[in-house]
Amino acid sequence: MDSVGNIIVYFVVAIAIVVFSIKAVTTRKILRSATYLLFVLLSTAVIYFQLGYQFLGAVQIAVYAGGIMVLFVFAILLTHKPNDATGIIDSHRRAIGGTVAVAGGVLLLLALFFMPLLHGMSLTECIASGQQITMKEIGDAFTGSDRFQYLLPFEAISVLLLACIIGGVTIARKE
Amino acid sequence: MDLSMLWYLVPSVIMLVCGIYGFITRKNLIAILISLELMLNSADLNFVVFNRYLFPGSMDGMVFTLFAIAIAAAETAIAIAIIINIYRSIGNTDITEINKLKY
Repeated sequence: MDSVGNIIVYFVVAIAIVVFSIKAVTTRKILRSATYLLFVLLSTAVIYFQLGYQFLGAVQIAVYAGGIMVLFVFAILLTHKPNDATGIIDSHRRAIGGTVAVAGGVLLLLALFFMPLLHGMSLTECIASGQQITMKEIGDAFTGSDRFQYLLPFEAISVLLLACIIGGVTIARKE
Repeated sequence: MDLSMLWYLVPSVIMLVCGIYGFITRKNLIAILISLELMLNSADLNFVVFNRYLFPGSMDGMVFTLFAIAIAAAETAIAIAIIINIYRSIGNTDITEINKLKY
């Protein structure tokens, strides 16, 4: 049995996600689209907090809502005039996109509602039965090489980010 | 009333579907990248929800989402560098006009 507060938070966040992601792909102005994406990312962070992953929610806000959105706004302001509307989408492409999206959505929702595992525990039971994820455990998981520890992917990510920095500088540099 | 797993997967499905719709219909490169972020975000949300409800004792889904967020940041940075470079050489970021390589 979940508390009323949890359910209210869930509904606010779920409605925000649905509304803002629809607006993000249908609005004509690109800067507004980026703003709606920011709201979707923040709502997702609230879901992470609600599910008990505080560190992940903080990372989502810092990296996605902080870092990536700054990049997006920067790129939009470099390549567009502030009040530019993007070109009108031809109805042919829109029909294809709408068909694929609606068909995919119906298929996925049907699959969800007929999946047998779904009607298990409630959120409070799950959080109570799981272990509390502390910073010490996350740090241990990232710096060990035993089972369920992730030193190798962690190092691979650091090499990837270095390559990404060099690649970004090389591509965007003026001749 | 219980908040079961289904409740969290439905917004994720809608996010994914919106991303697919935007990816197909948008003409602007940055708008396509925004749709891509929506799809990635819904996949991340799924990882976390499955971890919380099906395997509450472990934290593998959370770690995978952390890596996915880091890779998404790298990918977005490179993609925006490419878009700015295209803008510098062609003058706009409309995919209907970008149909030639250098040669």
